[in-house]
Amino acid sequence: MQHDIAQLIQEQVIEAHRSQNPVEIISNGSKHFYGNSIQATPLIVSQHQGVINYEPTELVITARAGTPLDEIEKVLSDNGQQLAFEPPHFRVFDTTRNRSATLGGTIACGFSGPARANAGSVRDFLLGCEIINGLGEQLKFGGQVMKNVAGYDVSRLMSGSMGTLGIILNASLKTLPKHEHEISLSFSLSRDQAFEKLTQWNLKPYQLTASTYHNDTLTVRLSGNAEAVNATHKLLGGERLENSPEYWQYIKEQLHPFFKTDKPLWRISSKPQLDIPLTRFDEKIDMGTDSLSEWHGTLHWIKTTVAADNIRKIAEKLGGHATLYRQGVSKQNTSIFHPLTTPLFTIHKNLKMAFDPKDILNRNKMYAFNLHHKS
Amino acid sequence: MQKQPFIQKLYQILPESSVLADKEELRPYECDGLSAYRQLPWLVVLPESILQIQQIIKLCFSNNIAVIARGAGTGLSGGSLPQENCLILSLAKLNKILNVDPVSRSAQVQPGVRNLAISDAAKAYGLYYAPDPSSQIACSIGGNVAENAGGVHCLKYGLTVNNILEVKIITVEGELVTLGGQSLDSAGYDLLALITGSEGLLGIIVEITVKLLPVPEKAQVLLAAFDNVLDAGKTVGDIIANGIIPAGLEMMDNLAIKAAEDFAHAGYPKDAAAILLCELDGTTIGVEQSIQKVKNIVKQNNASSLRISGNEQERALIWQGRKSAFPAVGRLAPDYYCMDGTIPKKCLPDILDKINQLSNEYNLPVANVFHAGDGNLHPLILYDANIDDELERTEEFGGKILQLCVEMGGSITGEHGVGIEKIDQMCVQFNSLELQQFHKIKAAFDQKSLLNPGKAVPTLHRCAELGGMHVHDGKLPHPELERF
Repeated sequence: MQHDIAQLIQEQVIEAHRSQNPVEIISNGSKHFYGNSIQATPLIVSQHQGVINYEPTELVITARAGTPLDEIEKVLSDNGQQLAFEPPHFRVFDTTRNRSATLGGTIACGFSGPARANAGSVRDFLLGCEIINGLGEQLKFGGQVMKNVAGYDVSRLMSGSMGTLGIILNASLKTLPKHEHEISLSFSLSRDQAFEKLTQWNLKPYQLTASTYHNDTLTVRLSGNAEAVNATHKLLGGERLENSPEYWQYIKEQLHPFFKTDKPLWRISSKPQLDIPLTRFDEKIDMGTDSLSEWHGTLHWIKTTVAADNIRKIAEKLGGHATLYRQGVSKQNTSIFHPLTTPLFTIHKNLKMAFDPKDILNRNKMYAFNLHHKS
Repeated sequence: MQKQPFIQKLYQILPESSVLADKEELRPYECDGLSAYRQLPWLVVLPESILQIQQIIKLCFSNNIAVIARGAGTGLSGGSLPQENCLILSLAKLNKILNVDPVSRSAQVQPGVRNLAISDAAKAYGLYYAPDPSSQIACSIGGNVAENAGGVHCLKYGLTVNNILEVKIITVEGELVTLGGQSLDSAGYDLLALITGSEGLLGIIVEITVKLLPVPEKAQVLLAAFDNVLDAGKTVGDIIANGIIPAGLEMMDNLAIKAAEDFAHAGYPKDAAAILLCELDGTTIGVEQSIQKVKNIVKQNNASSLRISGNEQERALIWQGRKSAFPAVGRLAPDYYCMDGTIPKKCLPDILDKINQLSNEYNLPVANVFHAGDGNLHPLILYDANIDDELERTEEFGGKILQLCVEMGGSITGEHGVGIEKIDQMCVQFNSLELQQFHKIKAAFDQKSLLNPGKAVPTLHRCAELGGMHVHDGKLPHPELERF
């Protein structure tokens, strides 16, 4: 579907800037659970849809931000290509329509799927985008070519900025050929053994495109040329998974039984490791069933009621950060995103000022800059 | 600020031998790889530690002295070209590899470490650092981050921005800040992306953690010659359309082929209109199958000759020709000017045609070397700076090539950066609001504009003054500005 409402979006931002009434950018709402909940006038961008340009041999697709990933991935798949960072769709079923992730929301949240450790994240594939900043100015950065170092990399800055710096109107992403073949292997291993294997395999040129560790089981995906994949399988051993694509689909979409929980779901990003020392804060936690690690031991999902501060301390110790990804049944009294150090917070605040001086775009969605108290 | 009192203050931070103030000592710092522009700096300092840099920056900040960071000085866009009253902060002495960690497949390095030295250090673990700018023997990793350097393997492995985890910077106020982190992502905005390619305008890069990759099991290069550029261009598209992502996909035109062959004796067919170098890497089986596919594609596109490297020595020799293309072309004329535009791949034959037309118009020969896989052009314009107005005509010619790149949907720079060289072309690629946004980003980091001022982003007035040069379709760019 082709539908261009850029002007309408711009008018609403200009009005919000004038009146200093903040807006909340909403598309299909598939990721509405993510980020701080805020009170602001909804600014609906889902109608801004359509693939603008796609030439398979250029390995680039350009689409409006409201375009569903379903539509983009269908077009790519018809040409033997894919979004190699495997973004989740987080489909929401409701009575009126079937809603799932859009291009803009995916970039704004900076979400990538199981392939991330091997293939890169959404920001690695982002080549350019057009935005409307908090002043209502329509701006274009980057482009549709692989290499472009003219000006600051504002496109990638948009990735993961949760709409707080600008509303993405359209974006260009690098595409890649689909893998010819993929299989998944599982291994019954302790944490230490699994980590040793992952480390060992990571030093080899195997196409290890995804991995999970959960319930004493290491599962890895091998992708690429069929013969090469089979040769690697022989070297690694393990038990072959019957339903490889479904397994990774369930991990990506968080439909795997692990993700069914009433507890808060934490996301810890760390240096590679599988040992997350949480038991000293939560004696009842069963790290076998209450945690699931992905991305070759650099991403850990944890279901726990341990206090945010303790989780964040551990995440920092592991060389990373912790995000309260889903709140669970009871609202948690903590910031969703990992607090920033003072000098980093100052840079963030200055950048927010540079793009959205009246703090009207998704105010407080990520961090509370409190710019509007000044003016 | 008077020079002598300022030097005395520097002596409190650095040994006297690390502060250069004499004309002869300053001379090596008057230009970088873009030697057409020269300016003696006010002072040069050579700190050895982060603490010293912090003290120097604080001193400069309180005295409003502009600071220009400099790595190995191999940059091609004048990014570290001095200004009259500036201090050049050389990072050459921060040249240690602090740690190579096979578990996290990363290396923690100081900014003055040479690009190739990282791969050398990682070799013991079967790892390497992927981005490989042609200057990798000499260029430093700090400069690579500042410029977002590329190389011949970008199509498959990305640019610098895709291959780093963490960068430590010193802000203009002298504060040490970590951007990115040891994990794959970090909290907050993607400041790692913002600092990469920011050309020294946002902070001083003092430490970098790079990602390392396993050395592929096998790499083979295929050399195909063509009687016309169209066939070579079509081959590039066909390879991609067949689901193959080569590690490198390079194209050279006849003048570049002849020069490279005379220089490196790589066995290039000197009568070919164009050659393609296609490197495949990965598992042995995977490479063998892909080579077969590429071989068929090349044949279908009427290649006049085809050669596949049989061993590492032959692979290195075939690459030697390409890697020495710049110095080889350098022997054809007293001077050459290297351009760095990017275009969608499909426009390759078209832009080559237009470059040839311009070459005739300006009566200046051009040798073309392309990173064809990612549409990055390096036309090398041959000229003689001793001939009156030839440099000016060369720059005008180059400017027109870059305008063509923008018109075809590309960019004025793929990997060399804007620096001072392409600052005018920035007015073509970006409108006033976009340039203003860049200036606001700069101010978010550096309110007083002391870090590499005047580079990378033109002032709106500069664009207005140039307006006449870039009138498209009768539309005057930046119409809102006064004309001078």
